[in-house]
Amino acid sequence: MYIKKDCVAMLLAGGQGSRLYALTEDMAKPAVPYGGKYRIIDFALSNCANSGIDTVGVLTQYQPLVLHDYIGSGQPWDLDKLHGGVHVLPPYQTSLGASWYEGTANAIYQNMSFIERYDPEYVIILGGDHIYKMDYSKMLDFHKKKKADCTIAVIDVPVEEASRFGIMTCNEEDLVVDFTEKPQEPKSTLASMGIYVFSWDKLKKYLIENENANTGSKDFGKDIIPNMLQDGQKLYAYAFEGYWKDVGTLDSLWEANMDLINPNIPLDLYDPEWKIYSRNKNMPPQYVGKNAIVENSMISEGSLINGTVDFSVIFSGVTIEEGAVVKDSIIMPGSVVKSGAIVEYAIIGEDSVINSNSKIGIRPELVDNKDEWGIAVIGHNVSISEGTKILPKQIISESI
Amino acid sequence: MIANNSVLGLIFANMHDSTVNDLTKQRTMGSVLFGGRYRMIDFPLSNMVNSGINEVGVITKANYQSLLDHVGSGREWDLSGKKGGLHLLPPFGHVGSGIYRGRIEALNGAWSFIEHSQADYVLLSDCDTVATIDYRPAIESHIEENADITVIYSQGHYNSAKNQSATVFGMDETGRINDVMINPQMIGECNIGLNMFIMNKLFLKKIVKEAMSRSLYSFRRNVLQAKKEEFKIMGYEHKGFYAKIDSLNSYYDSNMSLLETEVRNKLFKKTSPIYTKVRDNGPVKYGLESKINNSLIADGCIIEGTVENCVLFRGVKIGKNTVVRDCILMQNTIIDNDCNLSHIITDKNVQIGQGRVMTGSETYPLFIGKNAII
Repeated sequence: MYIKKDCVAMLLAGGQGSRLYALTEDMAKPAVPYGGKYRIIDFALSNCANSGIDTVGVLTQYQPLVLHDYIGSGQPWDLDKLHGGVHVLPPYQTSLGASWYEGTANAIYQNMSFIERYDPEYVIILGGDHIYKMDYSKMLDFHKKKKADCTIAVIDVPVEEASRFGIMTCNEEDLVVDFTEKPQEPKSTLASMGIYVFSWDKLKKYLIENENANTGSKDFGKDIIPNMLQDGQKLYAYAFEGYWKDVGTLDSLWEANMDLINPNIPLDLYDPEWKIYSRNKNMPPQYVGKNAIVENSMISEGSLINGTVDFSVIFSGVTIEEGAVVKDSIIMPGSVVKSGAIVEYAIIGEDSVINSNSKIGIRPELVDNKDEWGIAVIGHNVSISEGTKILPKQIISESI
Repeated sequence: MIANNSVLGLIFANMHDSTVNDLTKQRTMGSVLFGGRYRMIDFPLSNMVNSGINEVGVITKANYQSLLDHVGSGREWDLSGKKGGLHLLPPFGHVGSGIYRGRIEALNGAWSFIEHSQADYVLLSDCDTVATIDYRPAIESHIEENADITVIYSQGHYNSAKNQSATVFGMDETGRINDVMINPQMIGECNIGLNMFIMNKLFLKKIVKEAMSRSLYSFRRNVLQAKKEEFKIMGYEHKGFYAKIDSLNSYYDSNMSLLETEVRNKLFKKTSPIYTKVRDNGPVKYGLESKINNSLIADGCIIEGTVENCVLFRGVKIGKNTVVRDCILMQNTIIDNDCNLSHIITDKNVQIGQGRVMTGSETYPLFIGKNAII
């Protein structure tokens, strides 16, 4: 017996996130740690929970172990429900054979039976790789009020970045009149956030048609949205205002973390009305020692700080030894920075060790040729031997 | 090896409430906040769970709203499963049970629950001791020694002028208890009872029913003291860190002892975590002018000022140009800008306005009650 749901969320979490290189070698992008105690997927899952959406399918494919383990029963997000709750949906075998998820639309197509069990009126499609707080129920209300077939969440982006997104043109009623995926010459700056509300019967029809047409891409932005627009379906743009950040590149991941310690950035992790939930590791409070210097940083539970931390985000269970210096950097859970090591403008992955007197990264002002400068990255479970120098832009995924 | 379901844990949440009146005005001893993110009951509960005990009863008497909020279904301690689980045992739970006058009457009031359990052994613990203990070797020793009662103790310094409600044990060379002193007038190294006892369930039933028939309610006086020759009472020494909370001073000192790395390493072990209610706070945010020295700081704090030798609980805010030294600030305490505080204990939700200067002393920390606005 399944109880009918008004809206089911489908969260696309199978992406590799290849532009995060060493950080996504053994975990999918949504599982990458962010913001001291979170993983990227916490934002979409918490948004669902806070928006009253209690049925969420999480589609996984690339390196799913960490992600599956993390989501578990969904309890940290209040998504362990008698009816609905969170369901992890990896690709599976059928009597006709087995296939990977070939595109975003195909992934949903392959899980139509999951959606149908709840007989929903609406389906909301989400990505698992953005940092933002959004009340999906307001978008759903907008969709209902407009009697739309599809509603696309949009955000105003700078002109120079517009060609990276799906760009829309709308009339004064927010009705979408034109949609171009990654246009060379964008006609507007209204970018799709990859968040869609569909009336399920419409989406179902277009998913089946798209599957039968076998275009090769089987993608929402490339196929479903343009096809619906062409057929004169009613597509509306729902304007989102607030903090929204893609964390698909090393630079953007670094920036999104640094945004948390910038008082001018409107992403509040301390709002009791809209908490971002995460799986708790049961660690004691952090300890800041007698000779530590800690300024303008974010530090999480279980960390032991005896060195200098400035303009940095330190995750749970990290040790910064006395005499170590961490500036403008991100140190992910369980890593150790030993005495005398200097980490600047760098991302250190989970459970890595930076041994004494190593030097990771460099301040941009000390580099003459700015093209040679960038964030230095150490992957997960990597040990950097004593006295090693890691240059800016270098990405280290194996112990040296 | 003892099977998991052969031991029933029983926690007394209200025992020793009166030793820390200030802290227990609106809560039980078990729900007194400790160590930045914990409540006192987290220690016995986590120790039991980490020792493989999956059925626990929590005996309460009064003031237990905050305790109910904290433990909920027991899920955070993995005690919401189908086998065993967490059971709250308030007074008036069934006919004949009411406000109890001592441990024996409390056990008698909860007897139908204890009777119902399949366990062969019962482990009793109060909530006045902070320690990380593996109970398994203690239970094994109880079985091997064929003891009637095993009491868990630690060697430590006792001072009758400072310590309230202490039990001090004397033992022969086999570890059998031959002397039981309650609040003796003395100073020195002693075997101090941690208020944790192991018994066979059938034996416990016998002594509870027998004591009740004679209107005797004190386990320490009427059983341990009175029957030490008749019963085989064995001591089991806990050798790690322990702190007994029996006054506001000892509360202050034990919290402050967590600033020592050695103490933290003994209390917070990776293999036996202390579980507590998760509150989903953000990480700690340190501002541009923050200066932190020798402090334990829980998630959700936002610090703009100077913090030295402090324990800050979850969600504490320290304003700009404010200095706090040697303080314990409980959950959601907000200290505005330009304040200067030293040797202060604030209870939950205290707000201290701009520019306040407040000073307690090391021997007499100043306590500010829950929800106070200054």
